[in-house]
Amino acid sequence: MYRYDEFDATFVRQRVAQFREQVARRLEGGLSEDEFKPLRLMNGLYLQLHAYMLRVAIPYGTLSSRQMHKLADISVKYDKGYGHFTTRQNIQFNWPELKDVPDLLDELADVEMHAIQTSGNCIRNVTADHFAGVAVGEVEDPRPVAELIRQWSSLHPEFTFLPRKFKIAVIGTREDRAVMKSHDIGLRIVRNDGGDTGYEVHVGGGLGRTPMVSRLIRAFLPRPDLLNYLEAIIRVYNLIGRRDNKYKARIKILLHETGKQEVTRLVEKEFDQLKKQNDAVSPAEYERIAAYFQDPAYEDTDFNLDAFDEKRKQHPQFNLWLNSSLSEHRQRGYSIVTVSLKPIGGIPGDASAEQMHGVATCAEKFSLSEIRVSHEQNLVLPFVKKQDLFELWQGLKKLDLATPNVGLASDIIACPGMDYCALATARSIPIAQDISNRFADLERQHDVGELKIKISGCINACGHHHVANIGILGLEKKGVEFYQITMGGEAGENTAIGTVIGRGFSGTEVIDAVETLVDTYVELRQENETFASTYSRLGVTPFKEALYATA
Amino acid sequence: MQILTANRLVDGDVVFLTGNYDWSIEINDASIARDQTEACRLEDIGTKADKSAHVVGCYLVDVVIVEGRIEATHYREIMRTKGPTVRGDLGKQANVYGSGGLRSGQSPLAAQNHHEVQQEFAHVSL
Ligand code: SF4
Repeated sequence: MYRYDEFDATFVRQRVAQFREQVARRLEGGLSEDEFKPLRLMNGLYLQLHAYMLRVAIPYGTLSSRQMHKLADISVKYDKGYGHFTTRQNIQFNWPELKDVPDLLDELADVEMHAIQTSGNCIRNVTADHFAGVAVGEVEDPRPVAELIRQWSSLHPEFTFLPRKFKIAVIGTREDRAVMKSHDIGLRIVRNDGGDTGYEVHVGGGLGRTPMVSRLIRAFLPRPDLLNYLEAIIRVYNLIGRRDNKYKARIKILLHETGKQEVTRLVEKEFDQLKKQNDAVSPAEYERIAAYFQDPAYEDTDFNLDAFDEKRKQHPQFNLWLNSSLSEHRQRGYSIVTVSLKPIGGIPGDASAEQMHGVATCAEKFSLSEIRVSHEQNLVLPFVKKQDLFELWQGLKKLDLATPNVGLASDIIACPGMDYCALATARSIPIAQDISNRFADLERQHDVGELKIKISGCINACGHHHVANIGILGLEKKGVEFYQITMGGEAGENTAIGTVIGRGFSGTEVIDAVETLVDTYVELRQENETFASTYSRLGVTPFKEALYATA
Repeated sequence: MQILTANRLVDGDVVFLTGNYDWSIEINDASIARDQTEACRLEDIGTKADKSAHVVGCYLVDVVIVEGRIEATHYREIMRTKGPTVRGDLGKQANVYGSGGLRSGQSPLAAQNHHEVQQEFAHVSL
């Protein structure tokens, strides 16, 4: 894992010291809220509905057990004993008091963590494939690139006051597990015919009010050119991107209004200039960072398949869990395990202090002390030996973290919605809970198969509802909450934005509506068809008919 | 009828302006504006209070009186006076339900609380 160097450590401590002073001045009345707000946002601190909320960065979603233990301790000491893992691979604490935040940040710095770049109009915490480094078919681990971008962007004076926030995601495989095409810039690591490593550069994706899939503007960017090219893109955006209207200030709007061709031309022109004046990414610098992400020393494992199969037969629940939680590892004898943070009827992404400690301990025992956070609000143990799976399952079960539902109907993404968020127009968590309870029968969920349900509590779309098989957006109509359903969205390699299928529903009706859509799929599916493939074969009509015919 | 609300600077808790020009975490302590003039007066106080080091983000909220108690009319404001509907054990409502904090060994779902609170919210049509 990446370790801070002295420079990083000093920088973070200085930031905390500065913020401590700013908080003191605010509390004494020396700073007004207008003056203080941008400062607290620069340190990840929001004011929400009931309290402050601190968003802590988990760069590219990678955490050590030590860091996870610390997050758990912090949740007890400064919060109410839990944390919320988000679609940005971060963790949010919902109840810290302003006066305590500097101490909290100091404790985070003890484990090389911080809340910088989690808020404000800057280049945000860079996200990556949560299977980075262990995924089958990966050209290269995307995290060194993400880390390179983090180091470059953290202190870049030109990018502190962008027109809006700016999000970058990096992946190293054909499969896209990081919703790369919904980012302002998405990078896919590729290798060209000459065997050189470079990047596909996708620009202008985003969800929110005007959802768009990004466009490929460079099919192969050689590695040494990466930072200059990124700088060129962001500079063009910074110079001609709109600042007059908050909702039109993202780069996706620039791309839409100015056109891909023209934006590409401007970027390439700027890039030519920059190349002359700036250094390229030196192989030595890249290698220095990449060295932190090298493969661990894998062991030859004495995995006994017969004994394992016996266990599967004896414990149907274990078998069900294996079927949904396991992904193929590139190393023989190992598995990638996804830990569901979606107990039936639970709050998506929430973990109690006890669960955080528990996962950290499981990772120490079974996953080389490493944990990942996925944008789907689950945790991942990337280095589990197959021979340890049964013991791990038992450990997770005790923590209420072994629900066999990863990728299924109750593995729902939900933003905090109006239960916490000051911007919300409706609640999202209770909808997720009710859908989860409706599909509580796990055998049924496994029969239904892969299904992505995603819920946002307002048009900002933090819950990714646009890129769901069934997306739900919570809105307000005449003083009550109501919910709009979109279908046909996709988050993977073929990212697509869903479309609203008809009039909205009340909070109770929408649960029935989701069940109707699922039942319709089950009725119409052909052999081996997923929900998504049935939808793309038949289109929206049969689903619409099922939903609205009786109304 | 309207009252003036804000978040308390030091911890972000939801507070209401009282008749003594003080801030209370209890909605029933709030000073009620019964006409436009009184509402304007509250708003002025809010504008001044926003410059203080005590509260943040003052605004007026519509309320009604039900059985002698002040209640916000909009669901967002009802939630602000209670806490997250999905965690009946947290926020102001924790005192009402009296189950302080998360017990160890419990997953944080509090599904029961969710339904209890839903009933509480029944009149805002869930
Ligand atoms: S989608 Fe809206 S309600 Fe949900 S977290 Fe984002 S801003 Fe808040």
